[in-house]
Amino acid sequence: MRPRIHYVDCDVLIVGGGFGGCGAAYEARYWGRDLKIVVAEKANITRSGAVAHGLSAINCYMGMRWGENRPEDFVHYVRGDLMGLVREDLVYDIARHVDSTVHKFEEWGLPIMKDPATGHYLREGRWQVMIHGESYKPIIAEAAVKSAEVHNRVMVTHLLRDKTDPNRVAGAIGFHMREGTCYVFRARAVINAAGGASHIFRPRSVGEGAGRTWYSPWSSASAYALLIQAGAKMIQMENRIVLARFKDGYGPVGAWMLLLKAPSTNAYGEDFEAQRLEEIRALVGPYADTRPMPTCLRNHAMLQEMKAGRGPIYMHTQNVIDSKEKEDLGWEDFLDMTVGQAVLWAAQNIDPRERPSELMTSEPYVMGSHATCSGAWASGPDDCAPTDYQWGYNRMTTVAGLFGAGDTIGGSAHKFSSGSFTEGRIAGKAAVKYVRDHATQPPQLDEAQVQELHQAIFRPLDTYAVNRNEIVAGSVAPHYLTPLQGLQRLEKIMDEYAGGYSLFYVTSAPLLNRALELVAMLKEDLHQLGAEDLHQLMRAWELHHRVCTAEAVIRHTLFREETRWPGYYYRADHPTPRDPDWHVFTASRYDTRSDTWQLEKLPVHHFI
Amino acid sequence: MPTYTYMTRCDGCGQCVDICPADIMHIDPVYRRSYNIEPNFCWECYSCVKACPQHAIDVRGYADFAPLGHSVRVLREEEHGSIAWKVRYRDGRLKEFRFPIRTTPWDSITPPTAYAAPDRAALDSPLLAHEPEALYLAALPVPQGRV
Ligand SMILES: Cc1cc2nc3c(=O)[nH]c(=O)nc-3n(C[C@H](O)[C@H](O)[C@H](O)COP(=O)(O)OP(=O)(O)OC[C@H]3O[C@@H](n4cnc5c(N)ncnc54)[C@H](O)[C@@H]3O)c2cc1C
Ligand code: SF4
Ligand code: SF4
Repeated sequence: MRPRIHYVDCDVLIVGGGFGGCGAAYEARYWGRDLKIVVAEKANITRSGAVAHGLSAINCYMGMRWGENRPEDFVHYVRGDLMGLVREDLVYDIARHVDSTVHKFEEWGLPIMKDPATGHYLREGRWQVMIHGESYKPIIAEAAVKSAEVHNRVMVTHLLRDKTDPNRVAGAIGFHMREGTCYVFRARAVINAAGGASHIFRPRSVGEGAGRTWYSPWSSASAYALLIQAGAKMIQMENRIVLARFKDGYGPVGAWMLLLKAPSTNAYGEDFEAQRLEEIRALVGPYADTRPMPTCLRNHAMLQEMKAGRGPIYMHTQNVIDSKEKEDLGWEDFLDMTVGQAVLWAAQNIDPRERPSELMTSEPYVMGSHATCSGAWASGPDDCAPTDYQWGYNRMTTVAGLFGAGDTIGGSAHKFSSGSFTEGRIAGKAAVKYVRDHATQPPQLDEAQVQELHQAIFRPLDTYAVNRNEIVAGSVAPHYLTPLQGLQRLEKIMDEYAGGYSLFYVTSAPLLNRALELVAMLKEDLHQLGAEDLHQLMRAWELHHRVCTAEAVIRHTLFREETRWPGYYYRADHPTPRDPDWHVFTASRYDTRSDTWQLEKLPVHHFI
Repeated sequence: MPTYTYMTRCDGCGQCVDICPADIMHIDPVYRRSYNIEPNFCWECYSCVKACPQHAIDVRGYADFAPLGHSVRVLREEEHGSIAWKVRYRDGRLKEFRFPIRTTPWDSITPPTAYAAPDRAALDSPLLAHEPEALYLAALPVPQGRV
């Protein structure tokens, strides 16, 4: 089946209209008044991405105008939280610009809470400000829609290369999920802002609740797979994140912990984190004394406690709700950003005023904007970046003309919503500069590649149509696999071999090598995915992207012979951090033609 | 079932289909009304619930861990800039909340093209749109040390 191709010519193509993508659209339009700027969005930009619900806090804001923090302070914090391994130039760059983004959000109509005593934004913690954020995404999307031509329900499946320079991007290809047409974007520059990845590892809830992952179930790893397949250099793909959250509903703990100051204890009311400090020191040395304690080490303490059978771990919400204002704040936290947690409280008769709630560590996620920094190796800002972190345009990957923002860009943790939007702005401006500088040398599509992909993208529909007739009914067929069946296989492999929750996040070289064998067979089986309709075709390509990303995770985890982040995962064969040998970034490059990966170490420079 | 649609309230308008980030609200070809085709990919994000003009969609917490007998209903009123929630517990307890959602009228954001066009030279500076003014600082910070 070969549906017709719909061509879209543009100067800047933005893949994904989430926080990074909306920032890129706004900024690219500001600097490129006469340019054609297009957003290809898999869902509907008004409610797409990780912020579809809304949020109750902006987690990255310096408050430089009130002298609250300097960008340097933020770099020190992020470096400490990530056990030393971050791109300080990128983190600094986010920090120095992020306040202007947040001030713009407020001007646009986002209600930011104020501290009645100072008139400053109400702080949740040192870096976070509280918002009434149910409409955060629709507000930000409004700015993007006024800046760019948005194509909703277009899923990008591959990036396209230039005919003469395979290391230059020429556009992207995908399909329209309603029309069933093929979309080919011919673009002078591309910004990948397609968001992070859930469902790489098996989620704790596997039945109807499989959708209640902490990161959104539609975060399907396109941010990574599109780049990997285009040959971009990736870093820190082993740096998956595990989150300590309210159990099952995955309600975030930030407001409860930082603002309302609810303590967490084991089942016997003990402060296990303090009790386990010496043990953590023995494991990671001076990193244990970083304050605040790194996110992974706090997870580690909790995991040890649960292994010892001293759970459930409780967050004592009942200790801190002493007024109607605080009760409203606690509820709004979830009603704004994780309604499922409120549903769970109502269902289990948990009134946070009266009784504590259980905490639990989640399945691992792959992302680049939270307390973790998987993603592309990107060129840094020319006035901050060390020379080996700088090869042209800010936030350009190692592929010419291909930029990234948000979860896409590696080495730069703690961006969150505001930082991802800010990074989109940085990339948007840089992409406009790239387009201007190369005005007379536009990229040329490689028609052979377009033809080949045009065929491949719709193949799952044919596979299903042909092979479905072989069976009477049901979901078991010998010659095709449904996307869900393939996903469940991937999740089982990742969970049991690559450090999922079922083995308490433990892995090792033999386990990882076995995972690679199984993933190789899964990759072969992906050629036999069957899609019943366009929705399942989306699921099929989401699975392709997840499998590709999962392979990168396995290979990086195998390459890094240490346990850098206990609490995120453990290499049982190398159980501690190993400085200075592994005080480096792990980098990989995939070659699509030969299906081979090259891994190397890249230096971590501390200069701020 | 995460979300489900009440047969008698839905008129098949398709707004939930249009908004669902998971693409799982579809119109049933026989009944011409919406339903959730993949409850196990529903995030309970409530985007469809908020968007439905008929209030025809409700949520029943994930069967994996949510006992029956609860409800969390919502009324989002863009024109009033607010959202109201009604939380009913399994044991009958009721909690109600109302929060603001926006401080400015919808569609009031000034597009970037309404600002004076920057000159070509500014494209080479590290400043982003509206900076440094929007930072409320005299100048964009630059780092001291550099390798
Ligand atoms: C439960 C939860 C709580 C959070 N709490 C906070 C908080 O309190 N404060 C805070 O600041 N941040 C918070 N965050 C983090 C914040 O949401 C992310 O850091 C941010 O959204 C990342 O931006 P992004 O642009 O990289 O990804 P997203 O915003 O997820 O955007 C990715 C976009 O790409 C689209 N897309 C994906 N694949 C494709 C494809 N193949 N083709 C086309 N389009 C595609 C998606 O539909 C989506 O619109 C939270 C996140 C979650 C899930
Ligand atoms: S938005 Fe409401 S009325 Fe319209 S199709 Fe969906 S459920 Fe039915
Ligand atoms: S709650 Fe969210 S994910 Fe679930 S059906 Fe509605 S819009 Fe889709």
